[in-house]
Amino acid sequence: MEVFSDPANRDVYVTGFLWILKLTLASSVCALVLGTLLAAMRVSPVPVLRAFGTAWVNIFRNTPLTLIIFFCYFGLYSTLGFTASNDLELNNYWLGVIGLSVYTAAFVCEAIRSGINTVPAGQAEAARAIGMTFRQTLTMIVLPQAGRAVIAPLGSIFIALSKNATIVGTIGLAESSNAMKDLINSNGNAVFTIFFVFAGTFAVVLIPTGYGFGWLANRLAVKR
Amino acid sequence: MSTDAVLYDHPGPRARARNRIFTVVFGVLLLALLYWVYKKFDEKGQWAATLWKPFTQGSTWTDYILPGLQHTLEAAAVAMVLSLAFGVIFSVGRLSDHWWLRIPSGVVVEFFRAVPLLLLMFFIFFGVPFVTQQPMSNFWAVVISLTLYNGSVLAEAFRAGVRAVPIGQSEAAYAIGMRKGQVMSQILIPQAARAMLPVIVSQLVVLVKDTALGYIISYSELLQLGVNNLAANFGNVVQAAMVAAVIYITINATLTGVAGWLGRRTRRSGRAPRAATNGRAVLAGAGDTAAGA
Repeated sequence: MEVFSDPANRDVYVTGFLWILKLTLASSVCALVLGTLLAAMRVSPVPVLRAFGTAWVNIFRNTPLTLIIFFCYFGLYSTLGFTASNDLELNNYWLGVIGLSVYTAAFVCEAIRSGINTVPAGQAEAARAIGMTFRQTLTMIVLPQAGRAVIAPLGSIFIALSKNATIVGTIGLAESSNAMKDLINSNGNAVFTIFFVFAGTFAVVLIPTGYGFGWLANRLAVKR
Repeated sequence: MSTDAVLYDHPGPRARARNRIFTVVFGVLLLALLYWVYKKFDEKGQWAATLWKPFTQGSTWTDYILPGLQHTLEAAAVAMVLSLAFGVIFSVGRLSDHWWLRIPSGVVVEFFRAVPLLLLMFFIFFGVPFVTQQPMSNFWAVVISLTLYNGSVLAEAFRAGVRAVPIGQSEAAYAIGMRKGQVMSQILIPQAARAMLPVIVSQLVVLVKDTALGYIISYSELLQLGVNNLAANFGNVVQAAMVAAVIYITINATLTGVAGWLGRRTRRSGRAPRAATNGRAVLAGAGDTAAGA
């Protein structure tokens, strides 16, 4: 453990995981909002919106995240001139948030759509029978019930998101995997220690989170 | 039930008019966005013929894109076979009656499921050579890390599948005198594999996408050869990335399509165990929600 008694190395470790935390928090909020919107589009009465939602899901779900992050950097930033911040590192962070969000939104959309699938048809029919519009039916009747059914799948999507946040390292953010690589390269004698500290941090945080989501899903499940 | 129509009434004249307005407004916004992108690309000269021309030349495909694609598919194929084997072995281990098999298997599966693939890949590629004193081939670094991660996810899928097989199946097998190993290999695993087929195939799609991480440790796959090296020669990184994206989307959409077709086939035959469905649901045919890695 003497690698981590050096404050400089500890700093590298802390900075790496702080980036992961920030990326995860910002992207999961964006992906949740965007994914819910896309799911609403995919079940809406307007064919253009449905087609847009379907296209989004098929494109972003089937493209490697590495390539999407690549696009954010070379397409969005270099070509389209999108800058979120003048600080290079902060700009890369926001590009990473955009890439992670559009990618994860496709999965959130599909999870919510299959959550809608668990709501019995009678619920929507009853809502329509008392004169509710599409928007009322969706936001007041169907989505609240669907939301409780998708807690477990959403949980695994967000856990995957926090692991995927390491890929933002591709465009030069000093997140945890880059931090680990640097520490390994300068401390070749403590390879296993370094790996188990970094991997262990993920495991210690994510395994209980997974069980937590499972517990929450059980507690909030709609009894039918 | 006619697809999703349960969420809204059959449109009357007013609803149709409103839907048309939505269509036009959204269409105009979308076209405006696309035009803006087109315009920006135009300003930066990204539509210049010299940047796109390489893709009409055979040598671009034979020197860069096809070898890259071949390496991607090689790594994906080897990792698929190994992770399926890993998944079966560790799911059986986790279901074992012996604690000394069950607990280590559980620890391994839970650990590798929680560790980011990139972290694992960096450890195998940069860390292991310090220990073995030999350079690590980047092909094997990609394959081993893909196997450990996706194998662990598949192990959980198999385990869930085995537990979903009705208890009568294994009781009947024990009753006719089968041993534990026989029950597992001849009765439970085949049924579990069929029931979990959609999950397994969407995990394999994740695996194909994750080969792109090999780019980061300079394994010469599609992203490395077809985008990085190609763009180094022709200066057309955006164009090359677009072509690569189309290739990835085609491969994965095909895999997903095959999964859907297999899923429908399994359902039709009615022999695979499945969860009881309680009546009609709001959306017909909305399934397939594997969380990507």
